[in-house]
Amino acid sequence: MNRFDTDDEESHIVVDQELCRSTGTGPILIAVCPAGVFSQRDDEIQVEYAACLECGTCLAAAARGALTWHYPRGGFGIAFREG
Amino acid sequence: MTTGAGELDFDVIVVGAGPAGATAAHRLASRGLSVVLIERGEVPGTKNLSGGVLYGAVLEGLFPDFAGQAPIERRITRHVTTFLTPDSAVSLDYASRGLAAPVNGVTVLRARFDPWSAGKAEEAGAFLMPGVRVDALLTEPGPGGRPQVIGVRARDEVLRASVVVAADGVNSFLAQGIGLRGKQPPRHLAVGVKAVVRMSAERIEDRFGVAPGEGAAHAIVGDCTLGIAGGAFLCTDRESLSLGVVLRLDALLSSGRSAIEVFEHCSQHPGLAPYLRDCEIVEYGSHLVAEGGHGMLGEIVGDGLVVVGEAAGLTINNGLTVRGMDLAIGSGVAAADAVVEAIGTGDVSSVGLAGYRSRLEDNFVLKDLRTYTGAPGFLERERLYGAYGELAAELFRGVSRFDGTPHRHLRVLARTAWKGSRMRLRDALGDGWAGVRAL
Repeated sequence: MNRFDTDDEESHIVVDQELCRSTGTGPILIAVCPAGVFSQRDDEIQVEYAACLECGTCLAAAARGALTWHYPRGGFGIAFREG
Repeated sequence: MTTGAGELDFDVIVVGAGPAGATAAHRLASRGLSVVLIERGEVPGTKNLSGGVLYGAVLEGLFPDFAGQAPIERRITRHVTTFLTPDSAVSLDYASRGLAAPVNGVTVLRARFDPWSAGKAEEAGAFLMPGVRVDALLTEPGPGGRPQVIGVRARDEVLRASVVVAADGVNSFLAQGIGLRGKQPPRHLAVGVKAVVRMSAERIEDRFGVAPGEGAAHAIVGDCTLGIAGGAFLCTDRESLSLGVVLRLDALLSSGRSAIEVFEHCSQHPGLAPYLRDCEIVEYGSHLVAEGGHGMLGEIVGDGLVVVGEAAGLTINNGLTVRGMDLAIGSGVAAADAVVEAIGTGDVSSVGLAGYRSRLEDNFVLKDLRTYTGAPGFLERERLYGAYGELAAELFRGVSRFDGTPHRHLRVLARTAWKGSRMRLRDALGDGWAGVRAL
């Protein structure tokens, strides 16, 4: 139902798995993300960046350094038709 | 200190074509300055999302009869505040046709509204540059070793200007990137999750009890968020509803729930079912909300830089309404006037741009923010999201129920409901007094 223009070359979300584990950030990312971008598989946090709604909540809740998050490149990502 | 005029691509670069940026760009261009309005979405509004209600007085001052021209959804003539428990709802319903004119609250959908306001800036002569993400501010060492902002960088491109207006939204990457603003703690932030639900105009008007062109805004607290600090909103658009929850991040994290789970609980809540029956979600979005109020304002002026709208933390949550767009517009006006003045005097340092903050102090933006200084602290009181709603529901259950046993006096019902709530009088009086002071 949402429209996304996915940037196939570049993910705008990168998780530092080590820091994520040591700071307990993984479960926090999974809990706060309204888009369900983050999930846990084995000991790693998986990132489905194409589904990102670009709110920035994950970055606000993450421990410093555990997550690199910026807006997708111009023209990519979510394109709200209602807003 | 100013950069040499010969090197400039524009007098002013405005980053972000939301209400704050578009307003600033319009006003700057109207004063004869060369302005570029850079927007990362392919079209203004495609990255933007709001709870729906724009308080229009400030916009009316800029564009008389804007509600007759701009693509607004409905004029809000009904405000309903509801305490929700799992199986009951206690509401306060304020309806007045007088709210339609002069214009007060109007619902907007940003993918329709923002292109209109960016278009106003273009009509005034601003150059709109969509589909471009600004990566960072361009700086050089300024007086006292502080960074002097001299432009922006977007991929390999550099654009230079006397002043940059950072209207880049709540994440405020540009101001954070030069150390002007810091990261906010979770208790100052909330996550908003919203769905737009398609519904015919006639059905909206029937279900919400409003006239054509007019609408309702429902603010709901209690079981809609499973008692998590925050609330839900349900607003009428022209041919859709905006349904959402706003959850304070610290409360969400300590609840052990996920934002998705809470939103789904809300959207399926029996208390909201009469409004939402037989309709289809057409879009789902989210937005981070700054809720720290006046305490979160911090630095909003740098050398060659002003920060406006949500990027400056300009949001007010008084428990029943979350306001952002009108404050954004007000800050865009104040920033533009200060930038015109600074460029005119040739001093675009933070001293030359200090007129931005003093204008904000003088207009409604910081006055309102100051009025609600105590609101964030008040809203941290957990009983607001559970105990009081249950108390009200229990009281009205007693009043409304006739089951063959002798009915009891209201005073007795109130005392019984109070005892059942297991709240202490001291807490309730404390909350009440704090509420009076904060709101």
